[in-house]
Amino acid sequence: MERAVPHFQDELEGLQTRLLEMGGLAEELVRLAVQGLVTRDVSLLDKAHHGDEPINQLHIEIDNRCFKLLALHQPMATDLRAIVASAKINTDLERVGDLAVNTAEAAKRYNNHPPVKRLVDIPQMGEIAQGMLRDALDAFVRRDTGLARRVLNEDDRLDALKTKVFRELLNYMLKDPATVEPSLDLILISRHLERIGDHATNIAEDVIFMVSALDVRHAGQPDADA
Amino acid sequence: MNDTAPRAPSLAGLVARNQSASPPDGPPKIDARGLNFYYGETKALTDISLEIQPNIVTAFIGPSGCGKSTFLRTLNRMNDIIPGTRVKGQVLIDGASIYDPGVDVVALRRRVGMVFQKSNPFPKSIFDNVAYGLRVNGMAGSRSELAARVEESLRQAALWDEVKDRLHESALAMSGGQQQRLCIARALAIRPDILLMDEPASALDPIATQRIEELVYDLKKSYTIVIVTHNMQQAARVSDRTAFFLLGKLVEYDRTDRIFTAPTEKVTEDYVTGRFG
Repeated sequence: MERAVPHFQDELEGLQTRLLEMGGLAEELVRLAVQGLVTRDVSLLDKAHHGDEPINQLHIEIDNRCFKLLALHQPMATDLRAIVASAKINTDLERVGDLAVNTAEAAKRYNNHPPVKRLVDIPQMGEIAQGMLRDALDAFVRRDTGLARRVLNEDDRLDALKTKVFRELLNYMLKDPATVEPSLDLILISRHLERIGDHATNIAEDVIFMVSALDVRHAGQPDADA
Repeated sequence: MNDTAPRAPSLAGLVARNQSASPPDGPPKIDARGLNFYYGETKALTDISLEIQPNIVTAFIGPSGCGKSTFLRTLNRMNDIIPGTRVKGQVLIDGASIYDPGVDVVALRRRVGMVFQKSNPFPKSIFDNVAYGLRVNGMAGSRSELAARVEESLRQAALWDEVKDRLHESALAMSGGQQQRLCIARALAIRPDILLMDEPASALDPIATQRIEELVYDLKKSYTIVIVTHNMQQAARVSDRTAFFLLGKLVEYDRTDRIFTAPTEKVTEDYVTGRFG
């Protein structure tokens, strides 16, 4: 009864391989930007700042692959969901690339000033955001909805840290106007990292949709054990 | 994620939200209950229970030999004409069993019209093809009434404009797609409630196929339509509900969008994604 469908499955695997390559590039860009900020290393920040071109190229290529697969194979059920999810994840990864570039830009501006404070929460935000992105992509590869749900649960921690960073820096700015400019850049960076977490969340939601056809968006975070 | 989105307490809410939002079913037009069908000793259908709702399109899909056409033909007792066949179980139409002794099979087939894979116009004129059922059933009182019913049927079958100036030419001179729409007009002329279509577009080119599909879409306002098709995209395009058959059994029956985006059964998933068939 089993019939091989090598042509379509090959194309689908090719699509997902390229998407993972893109995910790897986006992850690396976020890592460079955060590390460049923490270590005040301009060469890392330069790499991140100018590093999104391959991501942009993949963005276009992956959209074309999705479009072609939909048009030529009229996929159904799990295959249809995989392609629709891939197209959406593609957009999220491209935005992650942009946000990494924005983070690097803000970090370069920040480095033109003396440090406002020792960075604690922002590096932690960077770690959480990178972890969410990595887990979301792992969940995609392994079709692991449990891992995807854990990504959704991480998002609250990022949101809380972003609020904390904002409040703390507001105090610095009120006390010393000279810190306004660099503080604003740090606030922007925390905002970018929080947004990267949002995109990882979107990816995790798409993984759940792809695997179990459940739409969990905009309904709050399901329990980790659900 | 939107921070202001309401927080759901559990997964139960999410599951409920993802379930069918379609209105509850009314009384079925066709109700098969525990239907078994045999060709001699060979069992072709096993315990089929299925409710078909009025004024929607229900598609039957499944690999060759799965029983979908056999089941379709049990709905107007078309299998009766095949020697050595027998039926166990029930089919109710509007609540009345069609296999009860004393059922007038000819009257049943007037209510449950059928269109076949290969168009089969009679070797007569276009007009006489559509008028045939009306004449043999004594359903047209006068010539003008007959002409009006023929026109109405040809219009319903989206064929009138193409043939109105050559109604008395041979039906066999029409294109394949026109012949199939003529057969639909012929079926509609005697005003059935239900239209069974067995692969009605499988021998047609894409344009003619599209015409038939548009026609099916329009006709469901007035008729209950059941269509057997090998073409899954066609089932997806034209039907509201889809039933998947395999090896003489009904595997899954659900809203068409669910069958083709998120079927419940693994074997349905494998079939609609082309992993076997």
